[in-house]
Amino acid sequence: MYSEKVMDHFQNPRNMGEIEDASGVGTVGNAKCGDIMRIFLDIDDEGIVRDAKFKTFGCGAAVATSSMATEMVKGKTIQEALQVTNKAVMEALDGLPPVKVHCSLLAEEAIHAALWDYAEKHHIVIEGLQKPKNDISEGEEEEQY
Amino acid sequence: MIYLDNAATTKTAPEVVEAMLPYFTENYGNPSTVYGLGSAAKKAVNQARRTIADAVGAKQEEIYFTAGGSEADNWAVKAAAEAYADKGKHIITTKIEHHALLHTCEYLEKRGFEVTYLEVDGDGLVDPEAVRAAIRPDTILISVMYANNEIGTIEPIAEIGAIAKEKGILFHTDAVQAFGQVPLNVDELHVDMLSASAHKLNGPKGIGMLYIRTGVKIRSFIHGGSQERSRRAGTENVPGIVGFGAAVERAVRTMEEKREKETQLRDYLIDRIEKEIPYCRLNGHRTKRLPGNVNFAFRFIEGESMLIMLDMKGICASSGSACTSGSLDPSHVLLAIGLKHEIAHGSLRLTLSEENTREEMDFVVEELKKIVARLREMSPLYEDFVRKGSK
Repeated sequence: MYSEKVMDHFQNPRNMGEIEDASGVGTVGNAKCGDIMRIFLDIDDEGIVRDAKFKTFGCGAAVATSSMATEMVKGKTIQEALQVTNKAVMEALDGLPPVKVHCSLLAEEAIHAALWDYAEKHHIVIEGLQKPKNDISEGEEEEQY
Repeated sequence: MIYLDNAATTKTAPEVVEAMLPYFTENYGNPSTVYGLGSAAKKAVNQARRTIADAVGAKQEEIYFTAGGSEADNWAVKAAAEAYADKGKHIITTKIEHHALLHTCEYLEKRGFEVTYLEVDGDGLVDPEAVRAAIRPDTILISVMYANNEIGTIEPIAEIGAIAKEKGILFHTDAVQAFGQVPLNVDELHVDMLSASAHKLNGPKGIGMLYIRTGVKIRSFIHGGSQERSRRAGTENVPGIVGFGAAVERAVRTMEEKREKETQLRDYLIDRIEKEIPYCRLNGHRTKRLPGNVNFAFRFIEGESMLIMLDMKGICASSGSACTSGSLDPSHVLLAIGLKHEIAHGSLRLTLSEENTREEMDFVVEELKKIVARLREMSPLYEDFVRKGSK
């Protein structure tokens, strides 16, 4: 079902984890649909993405796209990071099954959400960046068992 | 490899394959012909029909072979609806039926029928009194599955059957998961129609049956020849039917032993998972349950990831997550028993056979512990949960 690259990134995910005091954090997706992606970015004073990490709740494709997307934004300028599209992530993974394309959209959204968070914290405007729309559902009560 | 997906399909038993082979190579005749080659095939078909009829306490002429369980479900519901439409257009079923049943009901809804989908409780049980309460003057059919394919819950079919009988309403049960696993008797259950499939009980794929009680008015499903008393035309799948017969014979012979062994393994596996993996929930009834069914939801993680990681360890299993169902919604059964979407996405079904061992169960638990821990380590939901807890 998945390409070798997808399987590799699923089995050996790059950049899995958190960045403490990250410059920007973005969480997108919805637990109801079964995918939540959180991307942490460490951006230096020059506006270069020094580090990127992720945490993902989701299927094999969701984990692999998170892994690949974080790899792709590392070392990039903010403007370059904005150009990491879902298409680019998919291509880098040698494609995804059609039903999994939305996973790559989430990766793009998560990067944008993290950049938005960075921009808000630093009171700057990133040219070409729209406010991310894909927020997770909040406020559901905890269930205990 | 450790195969724990016997609810999806089972390994065809060697004795079943052996019984089938001559009907490909030597006795390949068409049962409808007059010469000896054909009558040998016909004899074999009738022999299998008798074996299967005996297994459910039916008469031979009440067993109709189909291409499988889905066809039997489609036939039972569509043809009964059509045959009784002049009496009424209301059907009662449940929210946890197999899609072969649910999608057929949806098809009928588009054609003027009304369907009541009964709720189930947290264990997946249908309340017979809810069935009684749903009955209307125009109710023509009640269909409730014998045992659920995902969570293994065994429904109170005899009680529901008694209500249907009392009210004079046709009663169908989808026994695809139960036939060959637990004893079934059509008279004790008061069922008028029962669907079953060979490949769930170590028989071949592509063959199943619909039991139709004598006297039930039901339309022909496939028009053509006089096969299956003209109700289901088409040259018989002779090797398949022979294999089905051999599988049923084997299932009846080994049922008690198989059931006991699987139940022990099942309860051992359930016990270890519950004790050793935190934040999990057993889905389905604890005791009113198919012998080989284990179904858990693990919080904060997603099913497909679990399946891929299990597969890497040689373990075959299944899940009710959206990613494995091809839609955005997780299993309708898990939602019907009250699981939230995000928890239903983290479900895992392990269905055992008598060939599994305790050592295999131990291996599965050890691997599963690591996999669940690993996926939780990756999960933002778990991170949030831990953070909330430490505040």
